[in-house]
Amino acid sequence: MNTNIQPQKLHSKNIGDFIFKNLTLFFAIFILIIIVLMVYEMYSSSAVSREKFGLSFLTQSVWDPVQEEYGALPFIYGTLVSSFLALLIALPLSIGIAIFLSEIAPRWLEKPLSFFIELLAGIPSIVYGLWGFFVMVPWLRENVQPFLIENFGNIPLFTGAPYGVGMLAAGIILSIMILPIISSISRDVLKTVPRAQKEAALALGSTRWQATKIALSYSRSGIIGAIILGLGRAFGETMAVTMVIGNRPTISASLLEPAYTMASVIANEFTEATSEMYLSALIEIALVLFVIALIINSFARLLVWSVTKHSDVQGKM
Amino acid sequence: MKNFYYYYRKYKSIFIYILCGMSALIAIIPLLLIFYHTISLGIAAINWDFFTQLPKPVGESGGGLANAIVGTLILVGLGCLLGLPVGIMTGIYLAEFGKNTFGNIVRFLVDVLNGLPSIVIGVVAYSLVVIPMKHFSAYAGGVALGLLMIPTITRTTEEILKTVPRSYREAALALGITQWKTTLFVVLRTALGGIVTGVMLSIARAAGETAPLLFTALNNRFWHTSLDQPIASLTVFIYNYGVSPFEDWIAQAWAGALVLIALILLLSLAMRFATRDKYSG
Amino acid sequence: MESKNYKIISENVNAYFGKIHALKNISLSIPTKSVVAIIGPSGCGKSTFLRSLNRMHEMTPNSKITGKILVDNINIYDIDAVLLRKKVGMIFQKPNPFPTMSIFDNVAAGLRMNGMKNKKKLTEIVEKSLQQAALWDEVKDSLSKSGVSLSGGQQQRLCIARTLAVNPEVILMDEPASALDPISTAKIEELIYELKKDYTIAIVTHNMQQAARVSDYTAFFYMGELIEYDITNNIFTMPKKKQTEDYITGRFG
Repeated sequence: MNTNIQPQKLHSKNIGDFIFKNLTLFFAIFILIIIVLMVYEMYSSSAVSREKFGLSFLTQSVWDPVQEEYGALPFIYGTLVSSFLALLIALPLSIGIAIFLSEIAPRWLEKPLSFFIELLAGIPSIVYGLWGFFVMVPWLRENVQPFLIENFGNIPLFTGAPYGVGMLAAGIILSIMILPIISSISRDVLKTVPRAQKEAALALGSTRWQATKIALSYSRSGIIGAIILGLGRAFGETMAVTMVIGNRPTISASLLEPAYTMASVIANEFTEATSEMYLSALIEIALVLFVIALIINSFARLLVWSVTKHSDVQGKM
Repeated sequence: MKNFYYYYRKYKSIFIYILCGMSALIAIIPLLLIFYHTISLGIAAINWDFFTQLPKPVGESGGGLANAIVGTLILVGLGCLLGLPVGIMTGIYLAEFGKNTFGNIVRFLVDVLNGLPSIVIGVVAYSLVVIPMKHFSAYAGGVALGLLMIPTITRTTEEILKTVPRSYREAALALGITQWKTTLFVVLRTALGGIVTGVMLSIARAAGETAPLLFTALNNRFWHTSLDQPIASLTVFIYNYGVSPFEDWIAQAWAGALVLIALILLLSLAMRFATRDKYSG
Repeated sequence: MESKNYKIISENVNAYFGKIHALKNISLSIPTKSVVAIIGPSGCGKSTFLRSLNRMHEMTPNSKITGKILVDNINIYDIDAVLLRKKVGMIFQKPNPFPTMSIFDNVAAGLRMNGMKNKKKLTEIVEKSLQQAALWDEVKDSLSKSGVSLSGGQQQRLCIARTLAVNPEVILMDEPASALDPISTAKIEELIYELKKDYTIAIVTHNMQQAARVSDYTAFFYMGELIEYDITNNIFTMPKKKQTEDYITGRFG
């Protein structure tokens, strides 16, 4: 009776369990297939454009459907500049909000305030667009831009006529849209800073702000991750930007001039793209957006993950 | 020995904290403005006709967006048909069997899908559905919305399932209940509230999407006749009417925005109250 | 030791969690319709041993068990884990009634999910199980209330009723009273005394008085090894090993 029986690798498995596990696996594989299919479709549908223009597609600034000349540089420029402008406005505000929510605000204030900020994230892009187009743009045109031109008109950034629509409008509307993302993730990251870290600083006679600074440096990489995720959102944002940026494929140093973004050109011209080359060029822009999104997300997840892997912050994003 | 430096540090600290509080205030301003303008500009065009009539041709006043409201519901419904099974089942896979490399790959892909611009999803749905069918359709719009819903549903399902204490699972298994029944009828059942929240969130998001519908579902000024034809949606109507030169169309666009915001606000408020004090999630 | 009198026979059981060797050559057999208490300091492997008896250790990743465990002379790895667990039920340290189910549904859960649809029979079994668990009188008017609305002690008896409903032959109890107040603990102990007339029971406890009160045999585990196993009275009055004596006299643990 002393024979040792090794546990069998194959426990007699219930057939229901087998089916259930493989059914869920099937759906997980389905997601994999969809992503592969996405890349393949965009890659093959953009073949005509990729073969004709090669890398110059990204560096040429002429976009002329009549002559079948396609260069995406104005859109890349518009996307980059509007997004960074948005970041410039949203970042200090978001960090301020994150500090306020995690370090200063009493609980009775923190809850509703967080809720309001989250509401900001829930407003559909089209509503931002409508509001930007009918409320913010006229306000910029009549109040802000004349002032800027009058006082700072000699700086290239603020030359030109007060159109209202343009890069500045896009940057502002985007900043409102990315603010909730950056501030809520930063708040969550700040909250993961151990109390002991802050208390140690306070015990050494630091002011609360100095203690907060220590918390900020402690969660630096998480906040960078939040910023990158916000940038990712700004890069891909379509409707609101389309309605306020002016949709003109030019590259101008002035923030007051109309511009165009990658997402906007797809939204505006996709249904009008009659020739194969035209459609192919637009799909190539989508492919570029996809690649950017892929890079941004990998990078941001990595950063946020590296600081919060022991907490539950990741799930909220 | 409280010198100048002490007071400098102290007031600097207070000053910066005041700035932080002001940032929070500044962030609330656009929210309030957007609500104010949407309500004040939108309420004028809200009437019974708005919810029951078809759009009127240019030049005729009146009419409504009944077909667009129904269209949005249909599109979201179609999106659910794709997003719910894929999202929930993948979430179950990740939570129950996903502690391996393949699970991590899927998790990453779900994140990528989550970070994709919705316009790119539109392009993908166009290539996958519109081109093979050779015309715009409700199906194409539904696929686009479904793809957008998958990541939120997957992530919430996984996260919520993981918060269900092991002890419930063990209790069920110790009763001689099979693993799949344990997962479905004990674990999933316990986590149901949280999963419903995730689904509602993704529905609210999908209902507010415009970009992926522009060249998949397109638009339609009439009642749709079949799902393989173009179909109207509230968001695309808001866009088309909003950029139009006609004043009553613009008024209807604001009304549409009001309906949309009200819908999303109600959903998120309802969720907030439904999940408060309930099972952690 | 004739095997037919033993409900559970284990021989040379070793357990590993990754590289940790949690159980070392345990051979311990449990006589039919008796109560065996397993005592020892925390981390001595007593819970691990209990969980290996109905293969609950498979819930823990990287766990591995070698050796032989027989229930009714059948190797537990030769039968489906689901069937084994119907026969060998388990009560956990913390009461864990299903939070989304009523009291009735909690007790009926095991039967229902194994396919029983007959309402009349279900009702009968639920009543009988609740009576056996000495909970019937307290909940008979509130069967549709949530299982988690009960007090801790009632919840644990509900869990016992839930286990009894599937009609097991062996009940494993993993410190069933450690989360309960003294009065509830006394009720559970009374219950164990009643249950041993019909069931074979193995109970892990860190409470030596409890072991002395409820069990017929006591096993003392230390650092993954079975140090001593004897009639309870012998263990507490004349332990043969020095370690056992040190433990029960409170010199360590």
